[in-house]
Amino acid sequence: MSNASRNALVRRGTAASVAVLVVFLAAWQWGPGLLGIPSFIVPPLSMVAEEAVRMMHVNNVLLHTGVTAGEVIVGFVIGSLLGAGIGYALGMSPTAEFALSPYILALQIAPKVAFAPLFILWMGFTVYPKILVAILIVFFPVMVNVLTALRTVDPDLINLARAFKASRAQIFWKIEFPASMPPLFAGLRIGSTLAVVGVVVGELVGGNMGLGYLLSFGEGQANTPMVFVTILLLTLVGGIAYLLVILLEMRVLHYLPKRALGGL
Amino acid sequence: MSDVIRLEYRDITMRFAQGTGKMLTAISGVSFAVRDGEVVSLIGPSGCGKSTLLNIGSGLSAPSEGQAFVDGERVEGPNAHVAFMLQKDLLLPWRTIAENVMFGVEIQRLPLAERKRRAQTLLESLGLAEFSGHYPHQLSGGMRQRVALARTLAVDPSVLLLDEPFSAVDAQTRMVLQRELAQTLKRAGKTALLITHDLLEAVTLSDRVLVMSKRPGHIIDEIKIELPGRDNPIARRREPKVAEYVARLMDRLDIGGTPLEAGATA
Repeated sequence: MSNASRNALVRRGTAASVAVLVVFLAAWQWGPGLLGIPSFIVPPLSMVAEEAVRMMHVNNVLLHTGVTAGEVIVGFVIGSLLGAGIGYALGMSPTAEFALSPYILALQIAPKVAFAPLFILWMGFTVYPKILVAILIVFFPVMVNVLTALRTVDPDLINLARAFKASRAQIFWKIEFPASMPPLFAGLRIGSTLAVVGVVVGELVGGNMGLGYLLSFGEGQANTPMVFVTILLLTLVGGIAYLLVILLEMRVLHYLPKRALGGL
Repeated sequence: MSDVIRLEYRDITMRFAQGTGKMLTAISGVSFAVRDGEVVSLIGPSGCGKSTLLNIGSGLSAPSEGQAFVDGERVEGPNAHVAFMLQKDLLLPWRTIAENVMFGVEIQRLPLAERKRRAQTLLESLGLAEFSGHYPHQLSGGMRQRVALARTLAVDPSVLLLDEPFSAVDAQTRMVLQRELAQTLKRAGKTALLITHDLLEAVTLSDRVLVMSKRPGHIIDEIKIELPGRDNPIARRREPKVAEYVARLMDRLDIGGTPLEAGATA
C-alpha cells in the first residue's frame, strides 16, 4: 500500500470511527426514552455520567479502580512469567511435555474462574485469591502459545544453526527464543484481557474492595447506572493493560513489517 | 584446481524406516569425490536422495553405510569445513542483514571485530553494503538469497553445499545470482557441490555434472563440462556445446522419452 492511499485510509477510517461513536452515544442518551425503556433497565448516558461523578465523591471509586488495576497487573505479570517459563521448559523437553500434556489439557479445559470460591476459602477476603485467579487464567494462553511457537520453529533454521556447530543453548537463545516472540505477544494480548476477567470474578465472589465488588454492590442496590459506570471502568482497566502490552510488543517486534493501526 | 580432494563420498548407502516398518533405501552405493576448487553439480529425479547426500556431507545425518570425508577428515557431525545454503534463504527476521551474515561466525565465537570485518567485506563484494542495517523483509527475494550466500561464505568453509539455491527466484534474477556465485567461487577458490533441477544451471556453473538414478539413487553418469568461462555462466550459455550437454543430460534422465518426472524439468 502506498503512503498516500494509506493516509487516505487512516483519515477515512478515523472519521467513520468518530461517527460511530457519536451515533452510539446519541442512541444511548435518547434511545431508551424513545423506545420507552425504563431507566432502571438502560439508564441514559447523562444519568450514567452523573452517577460516575457521585461515585467519585461517595464510593471512593478511584480506590476500587486502583485495587482492581493492581490485582490485574500483578496477576498478569506473574501469570505471564509462569506461563512463558513453563512453556519454554516444556518446549525444551519433549518427554516432559508428553508426560504432562493430558493434565495440562484438563486444566486448560477447566473453567478457571470456577476456582475463585475455592481460593477465597483458602485465602479469605484478601487481594490474593483475585490475583491467583488472574494468574491461572493468564497462564494458559501464554504457555500454549510459547509451546506451539517452539514446536513450529522451521527445522531448517535449527539445522542451519546445527551445521554451524551451535550448542543447545545457542540454538535456544539465537533461534527458538526470538522466533517465539510474535506468538508470545499474541498470548500476552489475550492474557491481558483475561486477567481482568479473572480479577473481577474473584472480586464478585468475595471481598469488599475492587470494581467487582462495586458491581455486586450496585446490583444489590438495584443501582443500574452504578453497574454501567463500573463496567466502563473495567473496560478502561482492560484497555490500558492491553495497550501496555501493545507498546511493549512494538518495541520488541520492531523488526516486523509495520501493520496498519487497524491491526492492533 | 589442485588434486587435493576436498569432499568425498565413499560407498554411501542410506536407508530410512517407513511407517509400515519396512526400510526404504534412498541411496545405494554412492561414491564420488570433489577436488579442491572444483564445482560439481548433482542432478537426478525428485526423491533420488540428492538432498540426503547434502545432509550427510554437512554432518546433519549419518549414512547407514559408508563414509563421507571433508578435507580428509571423516564427517561425524557438523563441522566448520562445510557450510550449506538452501532454496529457502533462512534469514532470521529479527536480525539486520549484517547480523544475519554474522550468524555463523557468531555461533563459532569469532571476535566481534573479525565478524564485522567479514560481514562488511562480503556485503560490499555482493553489492549489499547499503542494506547492512535493513531487515530481511525489506529486501527482495534475490537480495535475500545473496545475503544467504554471504552468510555461507562468512564462515570461510572449504566446501559449500548448495541445495537448489536459486530455484525460488525469478529467471532473470537467477541468472544474475548464478553469475555472482560463479565469480565468488572462482575468486575465493571454493569447492562446491550444487544440487539442482535446472540442467542449464548444472552445465553453465560446473566443472562436472553427476547424474543420479531414481530411487534407490546411485550415480549413473558423470559428464565433464569442457567449456571455457566457468566464472561467467551468462557467457557460457551462448556456447553452442551447451545444448549438446543439456541434451545428453535429458537423455540420461529419460526426459522426453517417458512421461515427465515431476520436477525433473529444466
